[in-house]
Amino acid sequence: MKRFLLFLPLLVAVAVGVVLFAGIGKDPTRLESALVGKPVPEFSLRDLRNPDDLLDQSLFRGQATLLNVWGTWCPACRDEHDDLMWLAEEKGVAIIGLNYKDNREDALVWLDRLGDPYRDIIYDPKGTLGFDLGVYGAPETFVIDAGGVVRYRHVGVINEAVWEQTLQPLLNELQGGG
Amino acid sequence: MPRIVFIALVVLICGVATAEVADVYDFEDRAQEQRYQNLIAELRCPKCQNQNIADSNAPIAKDMRDEVYQMMKGGAGNQEIVESLVGRFGEFVRYKPEFDSRTFLLWATPVIAVFGGLLVVVVVIVRSRRAGAESPALSAEEKARVDRMLSEKEQGGSS
Repeated sequence: MKRFLLFLPLLVAVAVGVVLFAGIGKDPTRLESALVGKPVPEFSLRDLRNPDDLLDQSLFRGQATLLNVWGTWCPACRDEHDDLMWLAEEKGVAIIGLNYKDNREDALVWLDRLGDPYRDIIYDPKGTLGFDLGVYGAPETFVIDAGGVVRYRHVGVINEAVWEQTLQPLLNELQGGG
Repeated sequence: MPRIVFIALVVLICGVATAEVADVYDFEDRAQEQRYQNLIAELRCPKCQNQNIADSNAPIAKDMRDEVYQMMKGGAGNQEIVESLVGRFGEFVRYKPEFDSRTFLLWATPVIAVFGGLLVVVVVIVRSRRAGAESPALSAEEKARVDRMLSEKEQGGSS
């Protein structure tokens, strides 16, 4: 018994070490979305390209899509833009844009200059839909199934690695199942 | 002259102390404002992690304060306001998470630590008492020897 007690500090140190080690390399800024498993929130917002058209949540029905939150004020969105073009053109992915807290003129100039990878673009200058989606920065990308239910949220830039490791398997699964 | 310096310092320091995030909101009374302040102090900003939305300057924190204010104006209760933000941003935004199976250890750790400590103290005391009763500091033989020595000293001292 006495012998065992001598090893107690070692056991405690090892336990603390294991717990701390498990935390190494985890990015604390990536939060699980509260919306995973829930439908896209209701909204009624203008189309970026056609200011007279109203868009709502039925936009997400019928096809598995990526919902990409972007703005011209966001440098990281510029970084991922070429990859979004690649996804739309080479991989045939349906990407819906959410133009977040931006202004229409700047956004249209940006798309004109850099190309337009989006199937549809929701214009959300006040960030109301972004707020309902729990967006706390840009870029963020949601994977949404054909029924309009949020399946995954990626915070940060999309690149080839993210596509291959996370988004592609998920989309394949959604398209295979539906 | 020192007085002027002192006053200048006081003014400057007060300026710093009150330079917090200032949104202009109207409240019906002091109590409602207090309620608002308490709420935004216990909601956590998802962007500037480790700041509450009262202190954070992030745009998202501003949006969250607006939402809290608007819901409050609409007559929503504290619970309802917090739930609606948790529904969007996740449990992360609570600085005071609900007590449930996932947060059980979080809440229970202080209690467990206190009881663990008390247990150790009790065990140590009980053991030392038992040890004291079973093996007194002096054996019977030693005690007899000490008595003898003491009585000898007494006799020696009186003569």
